[in-house]
Amino acid sequence: MTENPNGARNGHSGHVAASAGLRLVPTTDTVYKMKDFKSDQEVRWCPGCGDYAILAAFQSFLPRLGIPRENIVMVSGIGCSSRFPYYLSTYGMHSIHGRAPAIATGLAASRPDLSVWVITGDGDGLSIGGNHLIHALRRNVNINILLFNNRIYGLTKGQYSPTSETGKVTKSSPAGSLDHPFNPVSLALGAEAGFVARTVDSDRAHLTSVLRAAADHPGASFVEIYQNCPIFNDDAFEPLKEPSSRDLRLLRMEHGEPLRLGPDRGVVAGDFGGLEVADVAEVGEDRLIRHDAHREDPGYAFALSRLDRPAFEHVPIGVFRDVRRPVYDELLNEQIEDARAEHGDGDLEALLAGGDTWTVE
Amino acid sequence: MAKQIEQLDRVIIRFAGDSGDGMQLTGDRFTQETASFGNDLSTLPNFPAEIRAPAGTLPGVSSFQLHFADHDIVTPGDAPDVLVAMNPAALKANLGDLPKGATIIVNTDEFTTRSLAKVGYESDPLTDGTLDGFKVSAAGLTSMTVAALTDIDISKKDAQRAKNMFALGLLSWMYNRPTEGTVSFLRSKFARRPEILAANLAAFKAGWNFGETTEDFAVSYEIKPARLPSGTYRNITGNLATAYGLIAGSRRSGLPLFLGSYPITPASDILHELSRHKRFGVRTFQAEDEIAGVGAALGASFGGSLGVTTTSGPGMVLKQEAVGLAVMTELPLVVVDVQRAGPSTGMPTKTEQTDLLMALYGRNGESPVPVVAPSSPADCFDTAVEAVRLAVEYRTPVIMLSDGYLANGSEPWRLPRVSELPTIDPGFATEANGPDGTFLPYLRDEETLARPWAVPGTPGLEHRIGGIEKHAETGDISYTPSNHDLMVRTRQAKIDAIARSLPPLEVSDPTGDARVLVLGWGGTYGSITAAVRRVRRSGGRVAQAHLRHLNPFPADLGEVLRRYDRVVVPEINLGQLALLLRGRFMVDVIGYNKVRGLPFKAEELASVVQEVIDRD
Repeated sequence: MTENPNGARNGHSGHVAASAGLRLVPTTDTVYKMKDFKSDQEVRWCPGCGDYAILAAFQSFLPRLGIPRENIVMVSGIGCSSRFPYYLSTYGMHSIHGRAPAIATGLAASRPDLSVWVITGDGDGLSIGGNHLIHALRRNVNINILLFNNRIYGLTKGQYSPTSETGKVTKSSPAGSLDHPFNPVSLALGAEAGFVARTVDSDRAHLTSVLRAAADHPGASFVEIYQNCPIFNDDAFEPLKEPSSRDLRLLRMEHGEPLRLGPDRGVVAGDFGGLEVADVAEVGEDRLIRHDAHREDPGYAFALSRLDRPAFEHVPIGVFRDVRRPVYDELLNEQIEDARAEHGDGDLEALLAGGDTWTVE
Repeated sequence: MAKQIEQLDRVIIRFAGDSGDGMQLTGDRFTQETASFGNDLSTLPNFPAEIRAPAGTLPGVSSFQLHFADHDIVTPGDAPDVLVAMNPAALKANLGDLPKGATIIVNTDEFTTRSLAKVGYESDPLTDGTLDGFKVSAAGLTSMTVAALTDIDISKKDAQRAKNMFALGLLSWMYNRPTEGTVSFLRSKFARRPEILAANLAAFKAGWNFGETTEDFAVSYEIKPARLPSGTYRNITGNLATAYGLIAGSRRSGLPLFLGSYPITPASDILHELSRHKRFGVRTFQAEDEIAGVGAALGASFGGSLGVTTTSGPGMVLKQEAVGLAVMTELPLVVVDVQRAGPSTGMPTKTEQTDLLMALYGRNGESPVPVVAPSSPADCFDTAVEAVRLAVEYRTPVIMLSDGYLANGSEPWRLPRVSELPTIDPGFATEANGPDGTFLPYLRDEETLARPWAVPGTPGLEHRIGGIEKHAETGDISYTPSNHDLMVRTRQAKIDAIARSLPPLEVSDPTGDARVLVLGWGGTYGSITAAVRRVRRSGGRVAQAHLRHLNPFPADLGEVLRRYDRVVVPEINLGQLALLLRGRFMVDVIGYNKVRGLPFKAEELASVVQEVIDRD
């Protein structure tokens, strides 16, 4: 860490809003480096795990937030990805399976001066914790939820997960899994999340840009990160990483830009409000949809999220939706401030003596 | 002509009617009138879980019992002296509880052939001899109400709905209750509906006048104010006292209160109440489920708030996972379990003491948690403050076992002075406590064994906690066998150490030579005390003690138990405290157990105690 010559190590500058998403979080003039966010704990993921890349990207991204380290809190559930908080030198809680969004909600709602991040996985966030996830998104609490999707249970050694493809042969599904998988982005949009994005563990620059956009968003942000599990589900995302195929499959969304898929194809309006991929030469350049992440109606973003079927045919990455909605914790704290402004701070003696009283001499 | 006034020292009245008849409101108003008059009192609301069960049926009967006296009383009473029955179902459902000679006031308008048939009366009980031996006052309460409201422009249905106020007016006259409180209550409740207000006021007055003029009631009664210790009093229910206790705990600790909760009978009123007190910095969060309620509370505690969650049995089972995390992370958390009849959904509006073993042992691993239980509606206040004290000072989840009877029952409460409430010191960590400026989040206080509580936003004390076993000082993940054994024992020792901060168990033994002790816990205090008084009045020698702390027990409990030849433990469960006492102290206590969803009757307990005294 570099000391700021003009102030104490944690001399907050007093002004806020280094990031619009964290309006009530103090900023700092302290200039952090990546190593300032590394904890002293030995990282214990398997060699080759995608989590390493995400951790490195995150540690290098945090200094750019301009937020005092002590005002950053990581909350995780249970699973491989949920070990994440141990490896960062911020405050952190490695909680219980699926409950991180609920715990983070209480923390964020009571402490608007904190930057709160939830780290979860496809099992933690979509299976046991699915309910908490959708409600946190619906409420729009000011937390950033990073869902590491490796489409398998890792820590319990290789059972199919709620994002595994149907028919997946695993230890618990020797004849092939029967479950239809969730599309996490579709699910988040169904809950009307204000910020929904997808990125990939191996693309550091894209990952970092999405993290930044998530942090800048006031209210709940949801980021699905495709993450490779080399042990139990290796190469699950290979079609999106393999140089010969990735550009034909990855649809890189940029707000205001036409949605193009490789050199020849792009996204156009389809039937019943849906979207489809078409040959640009056939339909003409001007029929291509210009990406609008700020559309109020989540229907468009939802249609985008359906383009990946079947099996990674076209996979949009980037920000699907970035829309401002009333933020739960801001409203909650406003109610308290309003009550105090109107009636003054509570007087306990008067409260207890409220109602009909009588005196015994 | 002025009617005769007779002096009584105590009366038990039960208002009973259909769920839609407004009996709870009627009972509550009569209670408030009685409280402001200065009687001691105790109440027992009893209502179905269904909001509106089919009209006129037995399952739809809702009742409210009130015991008031010119002296100190502790229970809502065993058997009513007066029953107000608004319909045949109310009569049939309650008649069995009445002693011969009791007064029954019935609303004859509802005694139609159809209504009688609905509850299986083949003939009219008002005329067929069923009520022989009772003092019956039969009057058309509904029709008289409607007649009194002819000048008011409301529908007949609305006029009929005011019949509960007619009944309240009549009973208020009978017992010489002050009426100003009810009049001002109605004025504020119906401020925006002038015609409904007029109807209710007119019905209330008409009921009073009916009592004064009809020859049916030759006598009215007076119960002098009770000689209670001096002070300012109000009437309070257990749930309200719990909410106030939590706010008081928040104020006395300086920690903002965060309630994460999910609606559940009979605990929801605590959520409702706390949501009204934003001026006190109280944040209430109605979560998506019980799990999220406690999770959010724990998250708030991590951030330096007083995290609280409130629930009943079916929610308690869901919260235990997060309670375990609070045990492991050693963060303050107050969990209020307003016990109700179980298992599973059980009987949501009925009371029970069946969650004690779940509170102590219903989590995986060795997971010790302090457990406290209030003994009366008003005691919910002090018990909640105590729960906050233990949670904050020992960095631990604390379970408070209230119950449905305490939650909805009420009694006069002598207001405490705020300055006399305990101060609670959160003692946040602000500085490094380890070598080279490091922070050791599990380096304990030598006296309390509590770990330092460093909240996010505190520079230099950044640390990670979680549910995985951790090193005894650094808090880093540790799977070392000896460290785990040490941590298991240390977590236990921390909770055990709480006993050092508890006063000795109070034992009441007026003659000083009792050979039998009655020991209870929680909401049975009133019934047990009333039973013990009965036994003593008839010359029996018996000692009584009541536990607020169920874990840890007061340090002298074992010694107290061994002082007596026999120990009777009445519980509204199948012997949960008895099991703990036998296991812990090898004392063969005598359990008395009934699980009917209702408080014990004093008479019943008295005969049990007498029988034990008489053994030999």
